[in-house]
Order: sequence, then structure tokens, then C-alpha cells
Amino acid sequence: MKPVTVLDVAGLPDHAFGHRSILWWGTLGFMATEGMAFALAAATYLYLSARVPEWPPDVPPPNLGYGIANLIVLLLSVIPNYLAKRAAEEKDLRGVRLWIVVCLLFAVVFLVLRGLEFTSLNVRWDLNAYGSIQWTILGLHTTHLITDIGDTAVLAVLMFTGPISGRRFVDVSENSFYWYFVVGSWLPLYALVYWGPRLL
Amino acid sequence: MSDELMRGSYRGLQEVEPLGSTWREGEGLIAWLSAIGHKTTGRRFVLTALGFFVGAGLLAVLMRLQLAIPDNNLIGPDLYNQFFTVHGTVMMFLFAVPVMQAAAIYLVPLMVGSREIAFPRLAAFAYWLFLFGGLMIFFALLLNMGPDNGWFSYVPLAGPEYAPGKRSDFYAQTVTFTEVSSIAAAVCVITTIFKLRAPGMSLNRIPLFCWSTLVTAFMILFAMPSVMLATSILIMDRLIGTHFFNPAEGGDPLLWQHLFWFFGHPEVYIIFVPALGMVSHIVEAFSRRTVFGYIPMVLSLVATAFLSFGLWVHHMFAANVPQLGASFFTAVSMMIAIPSGVQIFCWLATLWDGKLVIRTPLLFVFGFIFTFVIGGLSGVMLASVPVDLQVHDTFFVVAHLHYVLIGGAVLPLFGALYFWFPKVTGRMLDERLGRLNFWLMVIGVNVTFFPMHILGIQGMTRRIYTYPSELGWGPLNFVASVGGVLIAASVLVFFVNVVKSLTAGRAAGPDPWGAPGLEWATSSPPPEFNFAMPPVVTGRSPLWENRDEWPVFSGLSDKKREVLVTTLLDAEPDHRTDFPGPSIWPFITAVAVTAAFIGSIFTAWAVVVGAVPIAIALIGWFWPKAGED
Repeated sequence: MKPVTVLDVAGLPDHAFGHRSILWWGTLGFMATEGMAFALAAATYLYLSARVPEWPPDVPPPNLGYGIANLIVLLLSVIPNYLAKRAAEEKDLRGVRLWIVVCLLFAVVFLVLRGLEFTSLNVRWDLNAYGSIQWTILGLHTTHLITDIGDTAVLAVLMFTGPISGRRFVDVSENSFYWYFVVGSWLPLYALVYWGPRLL
Repeated sequence: MSDELMRGSYRGLQEVEPLGSTWREGEGLIAWLSAIGHKTTGRRFVLTALGFFVGAGLLAVLMRLQLAIPDNNLIGPDLYNQFFTVHGTVMMFLFAVPVMQAAAIYLVPLMVGSREIAFPRLAAFAYWLFLFGGLMIFFALLLNMGPDNGWFSYVPLAGPEYAPGKRSDFYAQTVTFTEVSSIAAAVCVITTIFKLRAPGMSLNRIPLFCWSTLVTAFMILFAMPSVMLATSILIMDRLIGTHFFNPAEGGDPLLWQHLFWFFGHPEVYIIFVPALGMVSHIVEAFSRRTVFGYIPMVLSLVATAFLSFGLWVHHMFAANVPQLGASFFTAVSMMIAIPSGVQIFCWLATLWDGKLVIRTPLLFVFGFIFTFVIGGLSGVMLASVPVDLQVHDTFFVVAHLHYVLIGGAVLPLFGALYFWFPKVTGRMLDERLGRLNFWLMVIGVNVTFFPMHILGIQGMTRRIYTYPSELGWGPLNFVASVGGVLIAASVLVFFVNVVKSLTAGRAAGPDPWGAPGLEWATSSPPPEFNFAMPPVVTGRSPLWENRDEWPVFSGLSDKKREVLVTTLLDAEPDHRTDFPGPSIWPFITAVAVTAAFIGSIFTAWAVVVGAVPIAIALIGWFWPKAGED
């Protein structure tokens, strides 16, 4: 048996965006597993709410102010992330630098408001099971937020210091992709944390 | 296979420089800790998992010695509780799941014709985390802090009220640890199979072991978060006073059972499905024909995965669940026997039509079919609510689960060890010792676990450290203990065989079994870069189909770790991508995560403080090195 070269791949590009890149699939894998964790936390919430006659038990529901403000900030943050992603895919370094910094600013504002959200839950985690799940859901989402902010910050620094390569642009694009997940997963969780105590 | 091809795939390293030095791992302690090649990671992973298997197996032998005669007081009740808990926890979380993933980390890139696994640093990180998590639970046992509430650690027994001390916390963190590792490995495997296949390896040509690990990896992504959530809220109940499982404050102990078994039943299939893939490869190689019914096989794997998420409540029939719901879970529990049956018949058809070459790996497959079918039958019995209520928590269940797990996973795994050992080490294992290994194991398993069916029906409950002689359980227990010693002897024979092979084994050559897969189209052991001339695939059994000419592709750089990325469905060449080189950071990150996990057993602040070194390590990991990128 003799090896025969039937194909030469030297002419192919050395990076690709979106579902063509392996990073996209890796990110999607983690999103799937983290999304599942969110779904199970939500199921736990509904399970616990069905176990007691009143939900929330003996405490006022969370205040809405910071939650709504933060929801708006989060939804708006999709815009700079979209622009950063588009700039990355066009390999527009100036655009990437601009929009990734804007993303970071949004994230910081969001994190500060998130801190205030914890104070407006009107329950401690160790008061009852209702308090426990409220804190857990908010905490679980915040962990993802912090991780992604860390990631964005490191990328932002790299975009200013270099070295800049095609792969670095793929990183920026995937970072925005992950942020969409952080935003999207918050919507049902937001409904549970703030409206579950009012409607269930 | 001609010399020419082999020269192509493993020519002396000088001849393929600079490819060899591009992929080489380096020497010395730092290089050893920095190694990220998938074969290095896979080998370490398999060895470590086997080490944990031996450790947990010795605990089982000690338990059998304790139960061998009535009124025995070799091991007291407290230690016995720790033994069965650590035995179960280690076998499930630190052996059965990881060893299958470890095999995948080693084999999948070779089978799909790639030079490396996707995200090799993440795979290395998964290994270190697994190692540290496993060592932690054994250290806890040595310090008399071993968990003692059973491998499924039910609350309220494992909760703050009834389990003071740190034993349950060690359980919780060991589990969380190893699941992070599993998920990371699953992401690597999925991405490798989706995107790094050889050109031409379309979905309908993927080797069955790759299909089975792909299906398993998806199950891991969706099942593991459930147990991680469960153990996390358990440790929160114990450490910071949450009330998830406390009925006095609106919590519910049954919540634990739901979350645990929503993971726990898929878990059984996470262990079993990769073994199915291994069996298909062994059957194919030794019956000298392609596997009968490739498409039904793949569909059965996928069906098993879906159904496995719909039967968790059958572990809770004895708890207060609605009867209508229980009927649904009974139906699914019986239904899952269908895809398993389809696969068994496909293998039988393959064997029937093939020209059988009986070697040790195939013997283990026969042992698997025989043992697993018995376990499957007692499983169908247990799926029925009235039977389940009758034998719940008795040795009947112990018999069933060992039949399915040993029959379904350990026997195929040993078959696989004999089958792929020559590829990994370049040397054959001895056939005579192999046969001895096989017979001791199959006889041992049946002698140990068959009597337990009867003991269970006679009413012997599980997890008791002794029993009075008047109950008449003595003789069967003695028989079971003799079987346990036989199993231990069979494992010893295996290790003797390994040592003998490594010192004086016959050289294997690239394809000692005449098997058709791509992993056999390179030298044994494969070079760091797997294939000097990466293959192009034209069918399901490359080495059987291309007898004259071996299609390969060129154009990957040999000065950097470049890998070809192909399209998801048809595996058409899409682009090239650079892979990272060795790095110490995955190891450092794993150490930092371990410190945070161990700290969190004692104080919740460890999570906050521990986040700082983890963040630093992660930045170090992702920061591009000079000259790289």
C-alpha cells in the first residue's frame, strides 16, 4: 500500500469565524452545560415553590427598581457586543478596541447594579428555602457574569498590547457570542426571581 | 501494510524533522507537568483511573471479608460505612466515567485521523483536576474523614443535622471536582469529533467508538450539571445555612433525590455507552467483517441517550411519587431495553456472519454479552413497581447493579485494554495470561454477584456491616466472598501481564489485529504528531478498503502545531488552525482550583479568596507566549 497525496490544504485560510471555528463549538458546549445548570436551578425554584402554601413564605417580594434598571442595561449591552463582534469579523482593529471597551463599561455598570440587586431581594439566603433559591439563582448568574467580564478585560488588554492575529479576532467574536448567552439566560431567570414571587 | 506507508506515518524522527520537534513534549519535571499531548493526557488519565479502580476494589475485598461469615467484627460499622461509600463514589465518579473519557482522549484523535485533540490544554487541565479530586477522597478516608452516607448521599442523613463533621463535605466537593473535569473532557471530545475529522470522514463514516463517546459527551453536558447543583446546594445547606433540604423551612429532602437521579440514571449509560463502542470495534476486528447494521447501531446509541434521561424516578419508587408518574417511568425503563437489544442482535449477526478469530479481547466481549444480559433481565424486573418495592434496598439491587456495571462496562473495558494496549505501548499482552485473566474475572463476577440475588430475595438489606447467623445468610455470603477474591486475582493477573509485556512483550507492529480503523494506520506507539501524512478517508473501514493506495493530504505546516479543521457533516477541508504548545498553566490552574475546593470544605470564604489565584492562573493560561500566535 502506497501513500498517495490526493489533497493539498496549504491554500486554506488559517482561521475562520462562527460555526466553522473550533472555539465556537467549545463555547457552545459550555453554554449547553451551563444552560442546563440554569434550567435545573429554575426547576428547583418551581419545585420548591410548589411545596409551600404561599410563595414567597412570609416575606415581601423583591423590590423591582434595580432589577428593571439592570435588565435594561443588560439588553442594551447586546449592541456594543454586536458591534465588537462585527468589527472583529471585519478585522477592524480600531473598531474592536472601541467597542470592547464599551462592552466592558456596560459590564461594570451591570455588576455594580447587580450588587444592589442582592440588597433588594428582601430575604436572606438562610431564612428559608425561598431565600436560598433566590440567592442561588442570582449568585449563579453573577458567577457567569464575572467570568465573562474577566475574559473581556483580558481580551481588551491584548487588543491594545498585541500581538494581533486572526485568531485574536476569533477570540473577540466568540467572547461576544458568550455574552449573548449571559444575556439570554438572564431573561427567564429574571422572570423567576422578580416575578415568580408575585405571580406564582 | 507496506513499508512505504509505515515510513510515511512513523519515519524516523530525523526524517520528519522539524515535525517531530514541533510536537515533542520535552524532558524534565517542568516539561512533564506542562505536557498537553492527547496521548500523554489519555495515558495518565487511564492509569490514574485504574489506580483508583484498584483502591476502590481493595475496599470491596475488605467488605467481602467482613461479610464472609456471620457476626464478624473484622471491620466496625463506622469504618464499614466509609468503605462502601468511598467504594461506590470512587467506582462511579473516579473510575467508570473517567476511564471511558480517558480512552476517548487517547483514541478519538487517532480514530478520526487528527494530529491532536481539540483544546489539548483543557484536556490536560481536566486530568489534573481529576487526579487531585480523586486523591482528596482517599486522603479523607485515611484521615477517618471518608464520606459514610452511601454513594448517593441521601439527605437528611447527609445533611447538617445528621452528618456533623466534614465527611459529607468531602463527598460533595470530590463529586463537584470530578464533574468539572468530565465536562471539560466532554467539550474536547465533542469538538474533536465534530471538527477535526479527516477529510472524507462524513457523519456516516465515523467509527462507532467515536459515535458512542460523542453521545456520551452530550449526556455528560446535560446530566452532570444536575449533580453539581445537588452537591453545591448540599454543601451550602451544611456550610452557610441555606434550607434547600430542610422541610421545616420550606425545603424538601426529595429534591435531592430528583436532582441526584436526574444525573444518576444517565450516569449509568454514560458509563455503558462508550463500552458499547469498544465492543463494536472488537467484534468487527475479530469477526473480520464490518459491523452489521451501522445505522441501527448509531440510532440505538442516540435513542439510549434520550431515554436514559426519562427514567430517573425508577430509583424513587419507594419514595412518595404519584402513581401515574411511576407508570410512565416504568414504561421508559422497559423501553430502554429495546435499543440495547438492537445492538446485542447486531453484534450477534456480525459474529454469526464473520470468520471468528478468538483472542482475549473477543473473550471479554462474550463475557460482556452473557453477564450484561443477566443484569439487563434483573433490570427489567426492577422496572416494575411491585417487584421494586419488594426488593428495594436489598442485595438484589446490589446484584443487579454490579451485573450491569461490571458486565456492561468493566468486561468491555478489559477487552478494550487488551485490544488497544499494543497500540499504546507497542507491545502485545500475553494471550495465556489474558485467558486466565478473563476466566477468573467472569467466574469471579458470577460467583460473587449471583448469590446476592438470592440473598436479596431472602431479605438481606444492603449496607449492613454484619448479620446474625440465625438468619441463614452465611453460606451464600461466603460463596460471594470467594468470588470477590477471584475478581481480585483476575485484576492481579492483568497487572502481571502488563509488567511482563512491558519488559518482554512481543513487538506489536502498527496493526497487530488486522483491524480497519485509522488508529491502526500509524506506528505503535504513535509518534507525537500521530500521522506524518494525515489520511483522507473514503469509507468506513479505511485499512480494509484501500489495499493498494493510501490516500493522504499535504499542506499542514511542520514548523507549528497545525491541524486541519473540516466541516461538520461531510468533513470537507475548511481551514487550518494553530494549536497551542505545552504549558504549565493548566496544572497551576488545577492546583488553584483544588485549593479553593478544599478550602470551601471548611469555609465559604475560600471560594471568594480562592478566586484570585484561579483568575491569575487563567490569565497566565490565555496570555500568548512570545513568538506564539
